Amino acid sequence: MIYRQAGQFRTSYAADSRAIPFREDRVALALILIAAYFVIPFTASDYWLSVILVPWLALSLVATGQNILMGYAGQHSLGSAGFMAVGAFACYNLMLRIDGMPFLVALILSGVIAALVGVVFGLPSLRVRGIYLAVATLAAQFFIVWVIDKFGWFTNYDTSGIITTQRMEIFGYRFTTPAEQYLIVLGIVTALTWLADNMARGRTGRNWMAVRDMDVAAEVMGLSLLRTKLQAFAISSFYCGVGGALFAYAFLRSVEPTAFDIYLSFRVMFMAIIGGLATTIGPFLGAAFILLMPVFLNTTFQGLFGAAVDATIISALEQVIFGVAIILFMIFEPLGLARLLQIAQDRLRQWPFKY
Amino acid sequence: MTETREALRGFGRGVRVAAAAAFAAGAALLAAAPGADAAEQYFPIPSSRVGPFSAMGTGYYGGIIDYLTYVNMTGGVNGVQLVWAECETEYNAARTAECYQRLMVGPNGQRMVVFDTLGTPGAYAVINRMAEDQVVLAQYGYGRTDAADGTVWPWVFNAASHYWDQIAMKLAFMAEQEGGVENMRGKKVVHLHIDSAFGREPLPAMRAIAEEWGLNLVEIAIPSPGLEQQSQWLQIRRERPDWVTFYCAGSGMCSTGMTAAARVNFPRDRMIYVTFGGAEEDMVPAGDAGVGTYVVANAVPGRDFPLVQEIERVVYGAGRGNLSNPERVGTVYWNRGVGAAVAWIEALRNAQEMFDKVGQPVTGAEFRDGYEALDMNAARLEELGVAEMIAPYRMTCAEHGGARKFRMMQWDGTQFQVVSDWMGPNDPDMISEMIRESAARFAEENGITPRECPPDPA
Repeated sequence: MIYRQAGQFRTSYAADSRAIPFREDRVALALILIAAYFVIPFTASDYWLSVILVPWLALSLVATGQNILMGYAGQHSLGSAGFMAVGAFACYNLMLRIDGMPFLVALILSGVIAALVGVVFGLPSLRVRGIYLAVATLAAQFFIVWVIDKFGWFTNYDTSGIITTQRMEIFGYRFTTPAEQYLIVLGIVTALTWLADNMARGRTGRNWMAVRDMDVAAEVMGLSLLRTKLQAFAISSFYCGVGGALFAYAFLRSVEPTAFDIYLSFRVMFMAIIGGLATTIGPFLGAAFILLMPVFLNTTFQGLFGAAVDATIISALEQVIFGVAIILFMIFEPLGLARLLQIAQDRLRQWPFKY
Repeated sequence: MTETREALRGFGRGVRVAAAAAFAAGAALLAAAPGADAAEQYFPIPSSRVGPFSAMGTGYYGGIIDYLTYVNMTGGVNGVQLVWAECETEYNAARTAECYQRLMVGPNGQRMVVFDTLGTPGAYAVINRMAEDQVVLAQYGYGRTDAADGTVWPWVFNAASHYWDQIAMKLAFMAEQEGGVENMRGKKVVHLHIDSAFGREPLPAMRAIAEEWGLNLVEIAIPSPGLEQQSQWLQIRRERPDWVTFYCAGSGMCSTGMTAAARVNFPRDRMIYVTFGGAEEDMVPAGDAGVGTYVVANAVPGRDFPLVQEIERVVYGAGRGNLSNPERVGTVYWNRGVGAAVAWIEALRNAQEMFDKVGQPVTGAEFRDGYEALDMNAARLEELGVAEMIAPYRMTCAEHGGARKFRMMQWDGTQFQVVSDWMGPNDPDMISEMIRESAARFAEENGITPRECPPDPA
């Protein structure tokens, strides 16, 4: 009833190729963005802003990068945390070593550096495929963290190899409060997500998908595999790099290279898969699930049982439930949370009738 | 009522066995009927109860909670009852940052005054927020070393001594075994460590001492999680070192170290474990391979200390203990947790007295001053019932490094035998100087102006 899309005709090419074809969806997105920009910064508590929303947005960006590589271009990669580390430490060194380096420029440059590193580690994708490529990209994960650990220059010779990120300053204004930092992250994430969506729907994305679905056919049709695959690696790593820098600057603030370990890579991959591959909203849903579910379980259980039950049992139980939830999701909805959202939309379209 | 509490507390501190039964009954009554106007002080418990660090987390935070319960059951801190909330960190930096914010305000609406992450990654994740949030970071023998410089890090303390002093103490112990520093020249020491900030933390001090003594220092890193150490131990066999200092993390890695050493026939009594890797839970799984291994202690394990016996009797006697297995009372991690909690409570007591708030809760800034005023001299430790369990220490405005002393223990297959008295670095001033330099560099890089400290009267 409310969500009816009958009568919305696409009468021009421009209308036909809109990112969001239905008016209701556009209104919903606008409302969400208005809430995100103008309501949440003023109403949410510091806890929500600084340790829930900021890491969620930053990791959503990383998962978007992983999704570009895995979902659209079909290249399995396990190096996302490594590329995050490149972004974070590149940003730190750019800010440290170049006087008067503006934060936004450093952020974009760190993404570019991550992209270059990504291209290097994407080279094996021309020879190996599928799960074997994932194993090959593991090298990126371990090599990058090892290099940053091994050579003190990257951490400015800190005695314990830990960097303390500089303040985020844009046009002379220091972003220090949780709300301000949230707004920076939100702005960057919105812009880059918009860009990613457009890339995926445009020619670039079609090339990726052609390579994903059958690379031999794509090559026969005149696509350069070398170019397309490396481009996917570069863009994906750019997103991971920027996400990693934001994760370090707006969330952790003191970073050791080992924070970007293989577990983080796995979690980013799960975010992309559970959220829904080759969708724009998927990485956001997946990041929310992987990042927030354990926190939600912990908070609920502490609140419910508190001192009544042995805290060790509560903690162990959380992990069990979290694991079971992932398995159930993969069994009942292998296409991810984004697919659930789509089903809900389809149902809503017919509501209150069954079909 | 206050008099009764005073009297009860007096008994609680003491160790008079004769008064024990009457006291327990009184304490139980008191705990059962808290006054409606009872003042409360809130403490956060960011525990790590699952994963490879569960033995550490359950023991350490169990010790803290048991001591808080004990204080509550014996009348609180000048009548102030302690409340706490728990949050699971999984020994993970990001989760610790989340817990830090979640625990910021307690169930009674009070802001937290102290935070103890039990783990270097967690400490680093929150260390830059302390001054802003007015929370004390009470590192207990772990964490950022140069935070021992109170002029740069007014909000960070390390009551149980830091890793640089610890490694210097280990080298001093080796020198003692070898018959003096002069005999150390040309000796080979391997620092085998997990490849993380925690594993590398002691290296600057170690390198400096190695150079001074003419030691041959070999650094070998094990990638996390460290269950696979075969190639590193083969390398050690080739190097034929005289000593190995081992910085392991998590029970799996720590017990594997001993079995792997046994496999290449490296003598276990030439290995020295770090404080946060050598506990009963790490030793027992290694079986006979663990016999002879040295472990450094900043809080000595054992059940013979009066306070441990009191907690066992009062808290566990009433069935209110936090450990699911009461046998773990008196183990390394549990005793360390008690040591940490004793410092919290003494700081709270100081803060109440300093700010004329006896019987009332204190703020973060007041608690900080109370922590800085900690003077745990031998007499006070005796009073608290933890003499010989922890080394006497006092904090000053500039010196936040605690006792700077440790004891060496040796695993005999079933329990730890203490084999040395409290000992510190051979040259503490050298370590202090390095800390000052490192802290000054950090201050300069991050635009912090170190505060001025009055000269220490003592």
